[in-house]
Amino acid sequence: MEIVTSILSGILFATGIYNLLQRQLLRIIIGTALMSHGAHLFILTMGKLKRGKPPIIVEGVENYVDPLPQALILTSIVISFGVTSFLLVLAYRAARLNGTDNMEELRGNENE
Amino acid sequence: MLTAIFLPLILACFIPLISKWKYSIHTGWFVLIIPFSIFVYLIQQVGTRFSPFEKTYPWIPSMDIHFDLYLDGLSLLFGLLISGIGTLVVLYSIYYLHKSEKLGHFYLYLLMFMSAMFGVVFSDNVYVLYTFWELTSLSSFLLIGYWNHRKGSRYGALKSMLITVFGGLSMLGGLLLLTIVTDTTSIQEMISQKETIMNSPQFGWILAFLFLGAFTKSAQFPFHIWLPDAMEAPTPVSAYLHSATMVKAGIFLIARFSPILAQSDWFFIIVSGFGILTLCWGSFMAVRQTDLKGILAYSTISQLGMIMAMLGFGTKIAVFAAVFHILNHATFKGSLFMVAGIVDHETGTRDIRKLGGLMTFMPITATLAFFGTFSMAGFPLPFLNGFYSKELFFDAALLHHFSVEGFAQLLKVIIPYLAVFGSIFTFVYSMYLVFGTFRGEYKERELKTKPHEAPIGMLISPIILVVGVIIIGLFPNLFNESFLAHAAKSIKGVEIHKHIKFWHGFNSVPLYMSLAVVVLGSILAYTRKRWSSVYNVIPGTLSFNRVYDWLVDKTTAYSEVITKGYMSGSLKHYVRYILIAILVVTFGTLWLTTDLTISNPDLASIGIPDMLVVGMMVIASVATIFTNNRIAAILILGVVGYGLSILFVIYRAPDLALTQLIIETVTVALFLLVFMHLPKLEKRNESKGTIFFNATVSILFGAMMTFVAIFSYSSKWFEPISDYFLETSVSLGGGHNVVNVILVDMRGLDTLFEITVLGIAALGIYGMIKLRRNKGEK
Repeated sequence: MEIVTSILSGILFATGIYNLLQRQLLRIIIGTALMSHGAHLFILTMGKLKRGKPPIIVEGVENYVDPLPQALILTSIVISFGVTSFLLVLAYRAARLNGTDNMEELRGNENE
Repeated sequence: MLTAIFLPLILACFIPLISKWKYSIHTGWFVLIIPFSIFVYLIQQVGTRFSPFEKTYPWIPSMDIHFDLYLDGLSLLFGLLISGIGTLVVLYSIYYLHKSEKLGHFYLYLLMFMSAMFGVVFSDNVYVLYTFWELTSLSSFLLIGYWNHRKGSRYGALKSMLITVFGGLSMLGGLLLLTIVTDTTSIQEMISQKETIMNSPQFGWILAFLFLGAFTKSAQFPFHIWLPDAMEAPTPVSAYLHSATMVKAGIFLIARFSPILAQSDWFFIIVSGFGILTLCWGSFMAVRQTDLKGILAYSTISQLGMIMAMLGFGTKIAVFAAVFHILNHATFKGSLFMVAGIVDHETGTRDIRKLGGLMTFMPITATLAFFGTFSMAGFPLPFLNGFYSKELFFDAALLHHFSVEGFAQLLKVIIPYLAVFGSIFTFVYSMYLVFGTFRGEYKERELKTKPHEAPIGMLISPIILVVGVIIIGLFPNLFNESFLAHAAKSIKGVEIHKHIKFWHGFNSVPLYMSLAVVVLGSILAYTRKRWSSVYNVIPGTLSFNRVYDWLVDKTTAYSEVITKGYMSGSLKHYVRYILIAILVVTFGTLWLTTDLTISNPDLASIGIPDMLVVGMMVIASVATIFTNNRIAAILILGVVGYGLSILFVIYRAPDLALTQLIIETVTVALFLLVFMHLPKLEKRNESKGTIFFNATVSILFGAMMTFVAIFSYSSKWFEPISDYFLETSVSLGGGHNVVNVILVDMRGLDTLFEITVLGIAALGIYGMIKLRRNKGEK
């Protein structure tokens, strides 16, 4: 199963990168969201899957899954949520002020 | 000696204050005391029994860098030149510069330079030497650009800065290599280890780097081009820096290191070859100049070439002649620059085509110029010092008892002819200089003011220098034993005694060489107008200035082209650079270091529900690319997020599943809120190449992540530390939910700052929405 999730993580990265290379701000943000999903899955896979019960201590249970990656992912989810929401509002403001969300039209050029 | 180095520097700090405070007295008078007192101190060291001595002051002991000061014959000679000519130049500048000039700046720079120059000649530690070396470049830059409102001054200052600092940095490379090879930073200790240096594989580099440093500083071919442009400086500066002191720093460097370097044939070939080339080229070009200081600049170049050539010969007589000529050149060239300054000051022009017939107006100046130029030309009169050094030069150039092989042999044969050639042109420009300025027709209309004799104060310094010329000319052996022999000894390493005579008898070759110079030189000088069209052929339009300008222009132009090429301002391009760099580095490292096998695949079983969720996520994520509907894109993104939370459920992560569910919902809501205000998704109208490129990069990147995941999974080295968390969660943390205990108890700091991140994001969002720069903005 780890091989399958690794491939899924790779696919999420690939689609995320493809969206990141597009021109529109909305697509770029979708790309970053996909990439953060890929990264979370990656971390979870690295901690081995399905090796026991959920990490909640119950009398009589010997095997639990690794709790540390879960803690790391939880932190990461919250942070990427903060960043994504900030980016979304930024995109909203940028589109409002400049009248476009096309990155090629938003490019900075000091000769202009 | 430490006082000599730092006295000017310390007093330089007070000079601007003095120039403001005592405006009624010319600031130069306060400055004058400094070089004069150092001169008096140094002259006391001169004597037949003089022996070198050194002093050490710690500076950076941990790096073996000390203020090692060393006074031997060579540094004493230079020290006396610096302080002596310095005194005269300060005296001259008092009358040359008007009080309305920024005198505080001028004397500050001049004293800084003086300090640096003392530092160069007295220091025994290579890094201290280098420090002061660069300080001379810096202060010379400031002095050349003294009249910074003139374009020419700024151009000349920049040019000299670029060339001399280039050489200075090369020299630092050479010095570093020397330190590495010998494991010492003291020059005297390096000399004692010369065998080690000679035999080290870095010897060629050391030689090349040191030569670059010396040749750029001393304006040797082809680095001579900065010197004529440095003539934009005030004349006292030209007289001091660009004839007597700074340009001789390169000579000093070669002389100082010649006990180490002079044992190789390459030393002879390079130093003598370039020296003699500089001599010929400089004197040839000097005849072409029309500016008095231009002639003197090329003349300085050629005379420096002559000294350099003699150092390259390295025979006893040549070294002695070099030392002798350093002294002679400083006397007559200093006086000639001052004369040129006087002519400029009294007539308002330095253009030799506008000057002429000034002898009747300025008899004293004309007399001084006569002595200076005839000495420079090496005219055989017993009261001109230039003649003696020229005779010695010819004698040395014949290279008796000097055995070399190969190319050096050829060079040895042609050197005497080149020496005579260069000297003929030296004679021509000297005659041109003195007769063109002071004889001939007086061109009244060309001059703005009626010329008259300079004030006496301005004449004192050149008179003293010309008296020096005559004294050395009349009694050439006056300083030999007490002074010059010591300097020659520290270059050559053995005692050199030389008795200079005016008359060698008829059977000496140098005499006939001198006669040939005078006869041919007179003929050429007389017929100068007829053959001067030769300059249209050689050098014609070729010149090293053009090479320099071309280099400077093209360097800036091409760096601009390159920068504009990749700094396109488009985010897409930058993302591409970053991605390609990551891909190349990661795949390269994988290729080089990993054996690309999957070992010990301790894998979990594949379940049907998992596969269904995975398949759904794959379809959804690929679909985000192809949809052109905004709502569809957002909802599909939501599918991926919810799919992930189902995976979290399957893989026993309840907290993650919960958080992911909530956050995905909020994010989708946010997307939907924002998209109302964004323009609609466009139809993609990219070219096929771009689509192909983007697709390739993304697929490669995804593949890379997969490979990295698989390879790192299959090489687990240590057991995870999670057992500790599981064991102590209840006993130490007092909680049963291990993930939560880790978050708030064991790794609580992460959580604190994650909260901070959220807080900052919230504040940022609030600020972006609420704050407006202007009230009128949307």
